[in-house]
Order: sequence, then structure tokens, then C-alpha cells
Amino acid sequence: MSFWGYPRPDGSAGTRNYVGVIPTVVCATATCRQISDNIKGSVPFLHHQGCALTPYDLELVNRTLSNLGRNPNLAAVLLVSLGCDPVDIDGIAENIAASKKPVEKLVIQQVGGTIATVAEGTRIVKQMVSDASRIRREQMDESRLMFGSECGGSDTTSGLGSNPAIGAAFDLLIDAGGSCVFSETTEFIGAEHLLAQRAVSAEVGRKIVDTVKRYEKRFLDAGVDMRGTNPTKGNIEGGLTTIEEKSLGAIAKGGTAPIEQVYEYGERPEGQGLFIVDGPGFDAPSLTCLAAAGANVIFFSTGRGTPLGCPFVPVVKVTANGATYGRMKDNIDFYVDLEAKGRMGEVGRELFAEGLEVASGKRTKAEILDQSSYNGIFLVGPLA
Amino acid sequence: MQKKAIVLNAKDNVATALADMEAGEVVEMETDKGSLSVTLVNPIPFGHKFSLRQTKSGSPILKYGEVIGEATADIEPGQHVHVHNVASTRGRGDIAREASR
Repeated sequence: MSFWGYPRPDGSAGTRNYVGVIPTVVCATATCRQISDNIKGSVPFLHHQGCALTPYDLELVNRTLSNLGRNPNLAAVLLVSLGCDPVDIDGIAENIAASKKPVEKLVIQQVGGTIATVAEGTRIVKQMVSDASRIRREQMDESRLMFGSECGGSDTTSGLGSNPAIGAAFDLLIDAGGSCVFSETTEFIGAEHLLAQRAVSAEVGRKIVDTVKRYEKRFLDAGVDMRGTNPTKGNIEGGLTTIEEKSLGAIAKGGTAPIEQVYEYGERPEGQGLFIVDGPGFDAPSLTCLAAAGANVIFFSTGRGTPLGCPFVPVVKVTANGATYGRMKDNIDFYVDLEAKGRMGEVGRELFAEGLEVASGKRTKAEILDQSSYNGIFLVGPLA
Repeated sequence: MQKKAIVLNAKDNVATALADMEAGEVVEMETDKGSLSVTLVNPIPFGHKFSLRQTKSGSPILKYGEVIGEATADIEPGQHVHVHNVASTRGRGDIAREASR
């Protein structure tokens, strides 16, 4: 099987063909939005980080912005900084340029304020969009895809139907030589031993357990009861009682393939296969780390229903809750009938086929409804 | 006929409701170790759990064949199993703080 994607100079494959307008700091966010508002075909990545960061988080923001810029769905990137912010705009530009895509940068304090920067940025992005529009989709092997998976607004049906369906689609892409990535370390708690058993080596297995313990330790060190945050109020109303129960359902969205490696938030996996990125259970910044990992199609499982998308990566919403599907058809792309649980392989093949359609250009509901404005970046803070 | 509840693993001491059910209903379920039947003590909403066996306070609650938490009260077969009678044992900074005092 194959799909139609945009060839990139570094050999990666875009499923979309946007020009990214990326602020390095919150102070440049409104400027980036205004530049992007002026130019059809561009998309901003909005966040409120980039200043007064701990050294750990500063490095995290640098690598996250670098790898977002490298995502194959962006044909070119404009970076905008304020000028006094600590984020390394030159280093980020170099990292993105290593993928041989065009990168430009503007510094608001040097260009001379908002109006001048918006004018200059608009001119730059206009030319980038014009150049990008000449790139044609080509038929490509599906091994050039990287699926990401996310679950949010979970209820019991997530673990019973929608996550296993996504996991089955993951397994198909891995079998075809492609790559997959999943995250949400919070929702590995209580299920980490099952993930560790699937690691390609004892070392990676230990890393999975250590990553989960490190996350849990932040709650223990702070004296905070996780029950107040996860499972959420909506999860509990939907029948999920504990984080362990939620996790045991959540890990199904990673399929059953061997786990090659565990990466830090904002890092980009090397090679092919199934990867874990250490990220939060909070959906919006979790989508960010999947995009930074290089995912070019994301499956998003939901029981309660959610509209959230991702700025330049198509997000396919999947639910196994019939009542939610009935109420929120406008937002949900794919319904998994729980009666089909016995034939999850077949459901996985249908979802995989939907993933290839979306990769080839079919718009998801989150894209059509433009639900992709603000995802942000997850910070760890002094508890790193 | 649509199944009304599902037991994910024969080791489990809870089942998950696939429909809203009333107290007094008799629910029949299949596991790979045979069929079982439970009379509901409480109404069980769609997606929520009910007990399959008598479970002492402090005992593990099992779903997917794995531990999902600990009973905080004695639980009878057919009772609703949720946050009022089960607690997580993970990420409990409150317990860690108490222990360090």
C-alpha cells in the first residue's frame, strides 16, 4: 500500500505542506499570529514559553522548537524572537536548516517593533508559501509515515475499543516498515511493567520504568495526591476509577510491537519502529511532543469527546463511545463499535486505511473546523 | 443480543457495564474460564464497574488481569466499584508526606 505525500529534501515525507511561523517566546506569539493571519498556507505554532526558564526547561524549549520546525509537514519556517529572550534562535534555525528546508528569522527588537516585523515577516512568508506551493504530492511507500497516538477525554470505552483500534493500526504500520510514537507518561503509571516487557533490550526496559518512576516522583516529592489531577473529573464520570486503570487502557494505543527507545520531551527518534516520548497526560502539549517527534498523522482516542487538533499535523479522532459519537459527530472522524471487539484486527485495518487517506490529503474534522490554534509546550520546572 | 457487561480477564474481580443497568438485574457474562452470573446490588451506569466476588478492604482490585487499586471497604458481589470504595496506590504524594513526618 502507498500514500501521496510531499517529498522533503532530507528524505522525509510531508502529509501537509505548510509554512510554519514559530515564535521562540510568548512575547513574539501575537506577532507570529498576525503574520500567519496575513498569509494563507502558513500556520503559527502558538505557545506561552520561552523566558524565565530553568536550565532544564530552556534546553527542552530549544529542542522542542527545533524539532517542530523539522516536522516534515512544514515546507519552510520563519522563526520570530523578541531579542532579549534566552531561547537560542540561531541554534534552532541551524537545526531546522540541517533538514535542508528554508528557514528565516526575525528579531522584533532589531526589526523595530510589531508593525515592521509583521510587514517583513509577511513578505518572507508570502515568498515561502509561493515556493512551497510548487511542491507536488508523489506516491510513496507507507514506510515513510510516522503515526502518533494520543488519548484524551478518556472513559472506559477508550481502553476497550478506541485505543486497541489505534494500537492495531500502529502494528500494521510497524509491520510495513514505518514508525510510530506514543507518549503520556502519566498514563503509563501502573502499566509500566507491561511496556518494559516489550522493550527491545533490558536497558530500554529499565529506561521505561525509570521514566515513569521519575514522573511519579515529582508527585511524591511535592506531597501531592495524584488522585486530585488524574484520572480527571470527566474520566471518573466515565467510569475510570484510578490512574492504574486508566493507564492499562491507555497503553493499548501503542499497539503490541517491540519498543525501540524512550526519548525526552521534544526529542526526535532516530531509525524506524515504535518509540515512546516522555510527555504529560495533558492533551495539548502532548500533541506538541508527537509533532516534534516527527509524527505526520496523529490518531486521537476519546471517550468523552474533544475537538482539539494540532497546528500542522492532521489529527484523526477515534471514539468507541456510541453516545459520544452520536452527540459529537461533527468532531469525531472514526467510530469503533464495541461489539466489534472480537474483530479488532479488521477495525485496525479500516483505521490504517483512514490514516493513509488522511496522509494523502483527506482533511480531518479538527482541520476542517480549525481546532488547532494553541497547543503549547510542557515544562517540568524546578522538579526536573 | 448485545452483551451487557464484559470481563476482560478471568483473574478480574470486576466487570465493566456496556449498558446502563438497574439494581436487582441479573447479569450473565463469559470469560475464558467459563460463564458467571451476578445480581446487581446498585444501579451501574454505562462504562462503570461492578464487583464479581466478595472482596475484603485492603485487597487488590483486578481489571485487564492487572491491579488497578485497592479496596477501601469490604465489597459484595454486584456492588458498584468506583472511587467510593477503591483507591489508587500510585502517585500518592499525600501518603509520602505523611510517612516523612
